[in-house]
Amino acid sequence: MTDTNQDQLMSDSVLSQREDPGVLSMMLNNRAIFWGGSLLLLFALIAIFGPLFTADPAALNPIKRLKPPSVEIWFGSDFLGRDIFARVIYGGRISLVVGIAVAVIAVIIGLFLGLVAGYVRALDAVIMRVMDGLMSIPAILLAIALISLSGATLSTVVIAIVIPEIPRVVRLVRAVVLTVREEPYVEAAIAAGTRLPLIMVRHILPNTIAPLIVQATYVCASAMLTESILGFLGAGIPPEIPSWGNIMSEGRTYFQISPWIIFFPGIALALTVLAVNIVGDGLRDTLDPRIARKM
Amino acid sequence: MYFYILKRILSTIPVMIIVALFVFLMLRLAPGDPAAVIAGDYATAEDVERIREQLGLNEPIPVQMYKWVAQLASGDLGTAIFSKLPVTTLIGQRLEPTLLLALSTITFTVLVAVPLGTLAAYKAGSWVDRFVMLFSVAGFSVPVFVLGYVLIYLLSMQLKILPVQGYKSPFEHGFIEFFRHIILPTLTLSVIYIALIARMTRASVQEVLQEDYVRTARAKGQSEFKILLRHALRNAAVPIVTVIGLGIALMIGGVVVTESVFNIPGLGRLVLDAVLARDYPVIQGLILFFSFVYILINLLIDLSYTLFDPRIRY
Repeated sequence: MTDTNQDQLMSDSVLSQREDPGVLSMMLNNRAIFWGGSLLLLFALIAIFGPLFTADPAALNPIKRLKPPSVEIWFGSDFLGRDIFARVIYGGRISLVVGIAVAVIAVIIGLFLGLVAGYVRALDAVIMRVMDGLMSIPAILLAIALISLSGATLSTVVIAIVIPEIPRVVRLVRAVVLTVREEPYVEAAIAAGTRLPLIMVRHILPNTIAPLIVQATYVCASAMLTESILGFLGAGIPPEIPSWGNIMSEGRTYFQISPWIIFFPGIALALTVLAVNIVGDGLRDTLDPRIARKM
Repeated sequence: MYFYILKRILSTIPVMIIVALFVFLMLRLAPGDPAAVIAGDYATAEDVERIREQLGLNEPIPVQMYKWVAQLASGDLGTAIFSKLPVTTLIGQRLEPTLLLALSTITFTVLVAVPLGTLAAYKAGSWVDRFVMLFSVAGFSVPVFVLGYVLIYLLSMQLKILPVQGYKSPFEHGFIEFFRHIILPTLTLSVIYIALIARMTRASVQEVLQEDYVRTARAKGQSEFKILLRHALRNAAVPIVTVIGLGIALMIGGVVVTESVFNIPGLGRLVLDAVLARDYPVIQGLILFFSFVYILINLLIDLSYTLFDPRIRY
């Protein structure tokens, strides 16, 4: 716990009457975080170590084309006889990498822009109008346009998903900064002659961490969905990489005879995103009780 | 009040300018040579040069900028590379299915989400409440197209009660055929939207139910139904209507996916066809079109607040 948070707790009469149980134990006691987090950890472990044990996701087997799920091939095979199970396990890596990368990059850029907008009056209007403009462009269309201009690779897909996610983070950080800068301890710091960068780092920044962690989980979930939609539409990561979106995209033609090609990666994707969302809701309830009450 | 309306209308102009500027810069600042990327792997040097010329990229940036502004100001969204048709014409050809799908989705969503959210707020902690909360988390986790395929599998392939894919115009094939074909796409597209609006309705109705005037209404013997309708929902309307407007962005993204799953020849399919044909001006024109529609809808919603809440007088 930093000094700032202590100060804030002291200033909040309701909270100061309670014992602080410690953030970590509070988080583990939250059922949503525990179950969502366990599920997510399990998926992450499967995605990291699974491909070591499964068949080659790219191995062709012309004799076993479009086979339904069985004891031998758990999730069935696709139109080239490739093992869907191996491809789904491998696709988990892509989804997790894209989700985490987008969340981290969007939060870093959004944090910087949000701090500037919240503290530098002259730039506030400019940054926020640009964010308004960016927010009115549908995210998927923006990503499709960016990818079709610069070619589809893993990094362009990540960048294309990051850009439409930034405004949400900026708005959040700016809102926090605008409330915190009026707090007595910030005024006290200004009166004591603390320089602006130090005020930012020591007094403003710590207040943005909790809401940012919550927001990052939502950004991660939405990035995974966007990535799979781009893959499904044929506008995402190159088709030779077995991402969940790409597997489902290839299954479209055969859906009426082999629906499992779409169902298994679809279920994997939905469960992963659900786990991330549940963790996000749990974090929101424990880390930021003020927001929790509003939702 | 007229001053406020005028101010609000004028405030959309900078946002539209930023959207236009962003779309303009996107093509010019893209890493590498966009003309070469658009031309594809098998293009000759002449092909690349021709596309560069069609995109207007071979002129100085200020000239490009001037042409871009002049073009947009006259309502021209650009010209397709391959069909050579104006993007506005292409949009006109594909507008009907998307518009009808959007209308049926919004209608269905509001009819389901608002009562569901109100009921969840009224019976906080009950099974209805839990169901709504669970649905709103799950609705944000299932990808639109997976949901579409699950519905096709269950209702069209197993139960065989609805057509698998396709679109039938109500003006050519009659309302019944249209309706049968629009049910599944509407359900698919509305799930995430229902999740969003039911959650917001629940939150804002819950807040209003704690107000003193609700207690007063109860004390004077007003029926619970009328309390919910007249006191709670009416006062909770502004945030709900706001989210309905903001949710249109979600729906526009969903339209592209839904139309491709159900083979509907609308604007979403136009986006996808343009992606496959690498017809960048069409993608660009559609981005501008959808963004402007979104900005205008939200402008209208902002201006409609006085209808929902007479206390707001600007």
